[in-house]
Amino acid sequence: MPAMSRRSMLEGALGGALGGATATLLAAPAIAQGATLKIGLMLPFSGTFAALGEAIAAAFALYLKELDGKMGGRIVELVRVDDESDPAKAPSNVNRLLGREKAEALVGTVHSGVVMALVQAAREQQIPLIIPNAGNVAATRDLCSPSVFRSSFSNWQPAYGMGKALAAKGVKKAAWVTWEYAAGKESAEGFGDGLRSGGAELTKVLTLPFPETNFQPLLAQLPGLKVDAVGSFFAGGGAIQFVKDYAAAGLRDKLPLCGSGFLTEGVLKAQGAAAEGIQTALHYGDGIENPKNTAFRAAYKTVTNRDADVYAVQGYDAAQMLAIGLAATKGDASAVKDISAAIRAAKIDSPRGAFTVSASHNPVQTIWLREAKNGENRVIGVAAESLADPGTGCKMA
Amino acid sequence: MTRLSTKGHRWLGLGAALLASMPLWAAPYYMQLASSALIAAMFALSLQLLTGGAGLVSLAHAGFFGLGAYTVYLLGGGSSVFVSVPAAMLLSGVAATAIGRLALRTRGFYFLMTTLAFGQMLFFLFHDTSLGGGADGVFIARPGLIWAVTKSARPTVFLLLNLATLSLMYFSLWKLMGTMFGQALAGIRVNEDRMRAMGHDVQGLKLAAFIVSGALAGLAGHMAALTDAFVSPELLGWHRSAEALLMILLGGLGALHGPILGAFALTLARELGQSITERQRLVEGVVILAAVLLLRRGLAGWRQ
Amino acid sequence: MGGFLAQILNGLQYGLLLFLISSGLTLIFGVMGVINLAHGSLFMIGAYLAYVVAGLTGQFWLALPAAVVGGLVFGAVLERGLFRKFRQREHLDQVLLTFALILLFEEARAALIDNQFHAVPVPPALDFSVPVIGGFAYSAYRLAVLAICLAVAGGMVAFVERTRIGASIRAAAENSEMVDLLGLDARLIHTLVFASGTALAMLAGALAAPLQSVYPGMGDGFLILSFIVVVIGGLGSIAGAFWAALLVGMIDTLGKVYLPEMAGIAVCGMMALVLLWRPSGLFSRG
Repeated sequence: MPAMSRRSMLEGALGGALGGATATLLAAPAIAQGATLKIGLMLPFSGTFAALGEAIAAAFALYLKELDGKMGGRIVELVRVDDESDPAKAPSNVNRLLGREKAEALVGTVHSGVVMALVQAAREQQIPLIIPNAGNVAATRDLCSPSVFRSSFSNWQPAYGMGKALAAKGVKKAAWVTWEYAAGKESAEGFGDGLRSGGAELTKVLTLPFPETNFQPLLAQLPGLKVDAVGSFFAGGGAIQFVKDYAAAGLRDKLPLCGSGFLTEGVLKAQGAAAEGIQTALHYGDGIENPKNTAFRAAYKTVTNRDADVYAVQGYDAAQMLAIGLAATKGDASAVKDISAAIRAAKIDSPRGAFTVSASHNPVQTIWLREAKNGENRVIGVAAESLADPGTGCKMA
Repeated sequence: MTRLSTKGHRWLGLGAALLASMPLWAAPYYMQLASSALIAAMFALSLQLLTGGAGLVSLAHAGFFGLGAYTVYLLGGGSSVFVSVPAAMLLSGVAATAIGRLALRTRGFYFLMTTLAFGQMLFFLFHDTSLGGGADGVFIARPGLIWAVTKSARPTVFLLLNLATLSLMYFSLWKLMGTMFGQALAGIRVNEDRMRAMGHDVQGLKLAAFIVSGALAGLAGHMAALTDAFVSPELLGWHRSAEALLMILLGGLGALHGPILGAFALTLARELGQSITERQRLVEGVVILAAVLLLRRGLAGWRQ
Repeated sequence: MGGFLAQILNGLQYGLLLFLISSGLTLIFGVMGVINLAHGSLFMIGAYLAYVVAGLTGQFWLALPAAVVGGLVFGAVLERGLFRKFRQREHLDQVLLTFALILLFEEARAALIDNQFHAVPVPPALDFSVPVIGGFAYSAYRLAVLAICLAVAGGMVAFVERTRIGASIRAAAENSEMVDLLGLDARLIHTLVFASGTALAMLAGALAAPLQSVYPGMGDGFLILSFIVVVIGGLGSIAGAFWAALLVGMIDTLGKVYLPEMAGIAVCGMMALVLLWRPSGLFSRG
């Protein structure tokens, strides 16, 4: 694996212990071309999202290996920091990557609170940042910046696709069930917008505090809502439990369940029969046939011994986007304007299908309609073609 | 609780001078690290008034810290520190009054458990409702200082500002512990019933300590918001209260300056830990075990 | 109306689970006088134990006796090895030592198993739903959990109120010196109480595993709620814990339905009211 060190232990320890006296006096700015380029990977390597962090990091490293460990002509060293998905620790973790490790570009993260601190630093200091997961719309709307890019999705996108697909099937009224946090609210907006695009409406949004999994009080309200379908945004354990409880409450036959793709992403085995037939919308799925996807899945499997998932794709594409930007500036990470122009102009050859990047730096991508079958999220059609996030409120400086 | 002698203060002064000189020799990152240690020290010091002073172990303290930080958000952009500092202390003080009045009706374990629950209630207020901008946390506009601070000057300015605030807080508490009030608190810690029998208004004294300590925690939270320009509900979680207690114990329960030593020791231990392992909980757990089982009198009591 | 009935059932089931967790906690506080912040972690350990046992043997039902026996042994070891010594320590030390236990238990979980969410399948015999009014079905397993919790609660009350050991536990909860006067070994009582408290929390975890999956930090929310139950019910009172747990379960469930943003705050607010009215809990004898 290319230069994936965890920072030399002794140097780090001494630097801390002496209050930085030695480490910093010696640390001259190392921006000279040809010197090692440090990219900071700030991802969750412990806690609930650890598996996602590992998938993103592994796929990022995989693409880097395809480039022989170089971006823009410079040898890349990846510096990992575990963000613990703790927003309160985020500012100091960002400082650590930029101040102490002297990272010139940032990649991170999963948790949408922690990513705020990364966006803030990227905006203030004009450091290129690629967000490989966190979908909060703000990062590519009001808080958009020439230095901030996303290789994943905005929470609005998959939910919009689902709403649109439902309306196309003739559903008139639907409800949305989710956690009470930004991703939940933003996906509810997307779902509503998608439904309205086809003349249907979102009549009720039910929430419970994140990350609780006691869904019973919500489920018992659903039969009384007089809707044709129920959509939802949950991920991880919440998704497992919600789908199982939904089936156990006898709601499946009366009210078809659908959702943002994360509802059945990476959790189908655990959901078992309860998930069979659930339709979801996402920018990735099983059975996407293009040469890039085939090659990527094989390579990822060889390196990690796991099947590639949507998180791996996002990590892989984060590396592609950063490499495109840095190639245009010959490895100068501080030339943010040029990096931005290069990424904007590029067509990213992603395993999910090629995509471009919008004016607010979010992928313009196809949202696939998938159906859960035999432990796979089979793509059965297109929910929304070349869908761009509205990017409302984005004013690029 | 022991207060430092003049000789002891020379050492503290030396430490402060070393920190104040950091802009001359240290990189911004280490100044930011020192700033976060200073803020942690303010937070733990504010709790020391209760824990070391009156013998009360509260798990609601992070709530007041977070409330102080969120004051900056609630005031909206463009306010001056001359408004936001008193506002943060006032809001935290008012919350401490309300919670203190209820929690202090109980003693011992009940006090622990009720402060834990009330602290979490403040956490829920910011985590579950949209009052504070939601569960993910928000960017905030820093309150204005007297002069405009450039981006590159921030680490220096905030380091000096936090150092000055901590010094001011420390000396105010040092003075306070020397008054009748401080001695009465110490009396309560040793034997509450005896103080009551002697005619002291024990409830009133404890409540006063709870309010002052809450307001000071609010000030610490305000400085955190000013320094990081980012607030999140996790600032109010009870785990942070436990960390402040750890800093107190690490530094020495019996010494007013203990929390300052404890905060710096814990920050340093974390910094070292993070370079060695990604298992942060293990590092913290081991530090606690070492502090409780080995360092019975804390770092402050080392020399004795 | 049917929806409302289903919500009452939900509140009841949640409250009874909460009772299993808090009953051990209130006895440990009352009898031993130690605070245990890691009680929520015991719930988590029970749930993970169920995940492992059910995964290895394919028999979920084995997980329940495993949690009880495992809990008794683990609790006895913890009491003899650690908590016995904590008793002499100040509250601050107890808070921090048990806080360290939370961190170390979580770390051990991460090292031994992993950081993923895992679903625990509902036992096949109960994998069906019983229709209730209003187009809503209730899972048979949930009803079984309700029945098991009720049976355990009944058994506990009978044990504590009717047996000799129970009498000395009650005596110890009120006055620890009394036990010595009654000629019973206080140390044995302590071990017994701590071991049963651990077993109850782990049993609750095992029962809850198919209902809410297992995941890192799953005990955190229950820790706060069970503290609130103990405060409302009164330290050391089993009956108090029972009624307080039902009350908290009900308020939390109905709060989520009618005021989703305020459910967490409502429960704490109710505790504030109780403190104003009866500072030592609704069921304390003092």
